Amino acid sequence: MGLMEGELEIIRAEVEAVLEKYDLDREKLIPILQGVQVKLGYLPKEAMRQIAEALKVPEVDVYGVGTFYNQFRMNPPGKHQFKVCMGTACHMTGGRIIMESFERRLSISEGETTPDREFSLERVACVGCCALAPVVVVDETVEAKVRPTRVDGILLGFGLERAAPEKTAPDEGIDQGEEGREQ
Amino acid sequence: MSRKVTITIDDRQLTVPEGEKLLWAALDNGLYIPHLCGFRESERPAAGCRLCFVEVEGHPNPVTACTEPAVEGMVVMTRSPRVDRLVRTAFELIISNHRLDCANCAKNGDCELQRIAKARKLKLKLTRLRQLVKETPVDDSPQSFSYDASRCVLCGRCVWVDHNKAKVGAIGFIRRGISRKVSTFGEVCLTDSRCTQCGECVKVCPVGALTFKEAADK
Repeated sequence: MGLMEGELEIIRAEVEAVLEKYDLDREKLIPILQGVQVKLGYLPKEAMRQIAEALKVPEVDVYGVGTFYNQFRMNPPGKHQFKVCMGTACHMTGGRIIMESFERRLSISEGETTPDREFSLERVACVGCCALAPVVVVDETVEAKVRPTRVDGILLGFGLERAAPEKTAPDEGIDQGEEGREQ
Repeated sequence: MSRKVTITIDDRQLTVPEGEKLLWAALDNGLYIPHLCGFRESERPAAGCRLCFVEVEGHPNPVTACTEPAVEGMVVMTRSPRVDRLVRTAFELIISNHRLDCANCAKNGDCELQRIAKARKLKLKLTRLRQLVKETPVDDSPQSFSYDASRCVLCGRCVWVDHNKAKVGAIGFIRRGISRKVSTFGEVCLTDSRCTQCGECVKVCPVGALTFKEAADK
């Protein structure tokens, strides 16, 4: 993911500020990463390099820790965030299909952000409303019983031009009525 | 470690330095115990390959030989039904995401997996588990060697030498679970990383993941 103009300076300053609060010891790596993520919303590569240099550990080790834990994200959060639930109930009712619909429409993969930083796509484990499966959390709103058509609807709501429907959704069989009934 | 202790491995009396890990004690005396992640120079073994299980008298369960120090009077068995079962399962799990294409592998004939299979009469074929090999491109950017992640068994030997012997810090483990792999910072190819192409990692790879190019051409 490319950086926006002036972003590098912000990253440098914020990371510097976080590093000052901790002993520069390897065992402080996770708190430092957490601190940086709170400030920046994600872990840019430049930040990880800077942390690695300060802690005198190989940069790949910082990257390894960052990619190991779910709490760290490598891509900036989009202006609008889609969290597709992949909990048991959502998985059984086609959460994967919903995820793929988003991936296709936004041309990004799970965990990524669109280049214009408008949308980011994430998977979450369970949002606690399994009766509404499959669920997508759009920013703060819970979308219930989502179908691929609803994915298009959500994106249209954000004014995104619908991408050319080169592939039709392969999930007609799963759709058993109750479409669009929102709670 | 000046003191020597006498231990018994598979009915053979051995005199080994006190505190020496059973794995090395056995290997030095010509007794083969399967192992992948064990690395003699490293202080703390990862003990992640789960292949070097042995029975030690007095221990309720099999223990990993790479972490068990030799103690005077120890009685060790390298084989038992329980050990064989553990090793078989661990081996199957390892080969379940290792691309088994020995005929086209540069390490064919000099592969640790083949050695283990032969020593323990295990099949280099999956019967119980599904093959889960990811199609990953081979990184052949370095001049003298190439890296095929689909053949990697995640033993960590290359990462250890990279960090501790070559002191480069170009490669490491990233991600978690099924997506875990050895890669570089930002997952760029080796020539775009800090890799100095010293080739130390290639020398220690037990399988065909890191191979020298001339070996691959043979």
